[in-house]
Amino acid sequence: MSINWFKYSSPQTFFPLAGKLALGFGTLALVACAVGLYLGFFVAPTDAQQGESYRIIFIHVPAAWMSMFLYVVMAFWAGMGLAFNTRLSGMMASAIAPTGALFTFIALWTGSFWGKPTWGTWWVWDARLTSELILLFLYFGFMALQAAIDDPRRADKAGAVLALVGVVNVPIIYFSVKWWNTLHQGASVNLTKAPSMAATMLAGMLIMAFGFWFYSIAAVLLRARCIMLERERASDWAAQYARTAA
Amino acid sequence: MNWGSLDNFLAMGGYGLYVWGSYAVTFALIVTELVLLVLRKRNAVGRIR
Repeated sequence: MSINWFKYSSPQTFFPLAGKLALGFGTLALVACAVGLYLGFFVAPTDAQQGESYRIIFIHVPAAWMSMFLYVVMAFWAGMGLAFNTRLSGMMASAIAPTGALFTFIALWTGSFWGKPTWGTWWVWDARLTSELILLFLYFGFMALQAAIDDPRRADKAGAVLALVGVVNVPIIYFSVKWWNTLHQGASVNLTKAPSMAATMLAGMLIMAFGFWFYSIAAVLLRARCIMLERERASDWAAQYARTAA
Repeated sequence: MNWGSLDNFLAMGGYGLYVWGSYAVTFALIVTELVLLVLRKRNAVGRIR
């Protein structure tokens, strides 16, 4: 038996699969967020130092993780498109950018609302905060550059270069709390050390991270479906879909 | 965690503004993204017909 690895690399075959996957991951996201928020608000104890203000962690940390992760995935697809000239790769990169920007903004916003009660300020030009803000501008720059170029294939190529150059910012964000003396605390969760927080807090945060991850997959796939329909509107499969869609 | 009453839950130990300010904006943005996706899809289908 031979497997056709390229079966889903064309928009025509990927479109229906993306719809089914988006529904599945969207459902998983809803379940994970419900469980995560229940743990976060009704099981996890009050923090000894920060009181209830720490409960922002259940969206802040997952959103910050997603902001960096989505950027790497976006750059990966952009690079694949640049290297192999595959149609779908550029569409995936474009589909990820707005959701990535959304989570970057959420990370900054919730960080600000956490910084005010704990540090006494909404914002500081600290290495972690500044590099995360640069990430937001990289997402905006990618989207603006793509929107400014009419030919989608050329827009993909130009965006890909920007996305790939910008990847250097991701390790800077991650290690900023080690490399510089920052107001932002170091990582609470680490693969090599025991976590420095209560088990129920950690569980709530990790389940919320899965929830945001599943949500991102669903949102990106839904947007990829829109992009496929927009770019392939002259094709037979798109016309056929438009007839059947209510 | 036992909050006792809804008021206590909403007060978040005095940090209500910060906790709910974070959650409300996050929720609103995610809902907005989903609405925009539905509209974009509808628009894309409409342009094919």
